[in-house]
Amino acid sequence: MNDPVKPPATPDADAPWPGPFVRYDLVKELVVALGAVIAVVVALAVLFSSPDEPPVTIQSWSRAAPADFLAIAVTELNRTSDVATYGPPYNEGTGSVQKIGPISLQEAAGVKVPIETARDYVLEPLHEVPGAPRLRAALDAYEAAPARLQEKWAANYEKALPEARFVAGVPVLPPGRYGPVEPMMASLLAMGQSGALDGALLAGGHRFYATDYTKPLLFVSAGEYFEKLAEHQHLLGTQWGMMNETGSFPGQVWLWLFSFWYQVEPFKSSPNADALIFVLMGVLSLAFICVPFIPGLNQLPRRLGVYRLIWRDHYREVET
Amino acid sequence: MWTTKVRERAVREMPPEKLLPDRQPSYVSSWIYVFGVVTIAAFVVVIASGVVLGMKGPEWWHLTGLGHFVNSMHLWAVEIFFFAMVVHLWGKFFMGAWRGGRGRTWVTGAVTFLVAIGAAFTGYVSQQNFDSQWIAFEAKDGLNAVGIGSFFNVANFGQMYTWHVILLPTVVVLLIVGHVLLVRRAGVVPPYAARLAKGADDE
Repeated sequence: MNDPVKPPATPDADAPWPGPFVRYDLVKELVVALGAVIAVVVALAVLFSSPDEPPVTIQSWSRAAPADFLAIAVTELNRTSDVATYGPPYNEGTGSVQKIGPISLQEAAGVKVPIETARDYVLEPLHEVPGAPRLRAALDAYEAAPARLQEKWAANYEKALPEARFVAGVPVLPPGRYGPVEPMMASLLAMGQSGALDGALLAGGHRFYATDYTKPLLFVSAGEYFEKLAEHQHLLGTQWGMMNETGSFPGQVWLWLFSFWYQVEPFKSSPNADALIFVLMGVLSLAFICVPFIPGLNQLPRRLGVYRLIWRDHYREVET
Repeated sequence: MWTTKVRERAVREMPPEKLLPDRQPSYVSSWIYVFGVVTIAAFVVVIASGVVLGMKGPEWWHLTGLGHFVNSMHLWAVEIFFFAMVVHLWGKFFMGAWRGGRGRTWVTGAVTFLVAIGAAFTGYVSQQNFDSQWIAFEAKDGLNAVGIGSFFNVANFGQMYTWHVILLPTVVVLLIVGHVLLVRRAGVVPPYAARLAKGADDE
């Protein structure tokens, strides 16, 4: 039922609408919208389902790519891995510390999720292996050795690893001065392939309940295997992965602007890209919230004129 | 009594004819107005499917057909929720919907969008599949770089799940309620001045 009053050509946004009204049932609108959305959601769920790629476990990684597993494990032991040199919140390293100008919010926040890679990823899990006198002797020899010798053994092992063969699942390296690192790594690989290392890293050997996957995730994600899987699923940063989903499903497409900055200079090649983009997005988000109060921007819609399409019936009526 | 004053003010500010009117100005006749209510409808489906997923737990949504189906509903409802909200936001931008003292309405809508992104993100890292592993691995660097990672650990499922199912949805619900009440109190913004009226300025 339409009101016979003609709408005003210059309505006052501060005053009540003096023009005609139309009947409108808000509750009916919500109920109809809810029914339509449920129907569309059910249809999409039936037709397309949803992705659920199984997670990578240390067991699946060490079975599928044992050399990759060992390459990471020995750098964790030698404290030269990405995690070992990362910096806050995991340790005091500087390898991944980012700055905004002279300020590092990362360092200011401090080490809150401490990880000591040699102890957490290698030594403590190996100490949990029951029996195994050869492993016990290797651990004793390693821990009794001076740090320089420990580093030398691990560095030699890392260097020779590309030439390793696997005989019945056991890594065999060319003859070299690896000290106790060789049997330690062989035991860690066996532990990884059995699934025991997944549990050891999650619960730390001292707890029953656990929900913090920081240690196993950082370990697994350091491997080339993990990255290759992500690349196959077009999830890398260079593939706009932030807004993608596994398979051909839509992901977090609303993060397109966030993802965009990583594709362009100066962010693309900046060692501080994450920090700079976070700050930039923070400023843009604040501007987005404050659009009504920013001179010029709050006048933009009138200049753009898209409103004439939205209210075309209204303008047709008042302008003729 | 202060409670009486609260009640009287609530009725004064939000009388039933404003809260649930049976009519709207004649210019409210575009499809663009549908996207606000579609956003709310999709949010209802997101919450309902999320409640079922939360009650049954991760094993159910990974290992059973029905659980996977409800998980699919949750995903698609989220996609529709964001699609409708983005169209709604662009529509309101093109209308200059903050005019006439409606700035707070825009602000609550914009903040809702940003908080909803956080709610969705914590959901993505709570899926417990390869996607959540990779997102957590990538996102940690950004969050760590600005110091947030020291307190908001994307690899901690317990922490992320709590943010996803309780904290952020509660904020989104409160923001949507506040946003809708502001819309109902101030009414829908009227059109800009027509071109017939030279020099007219309704700002």
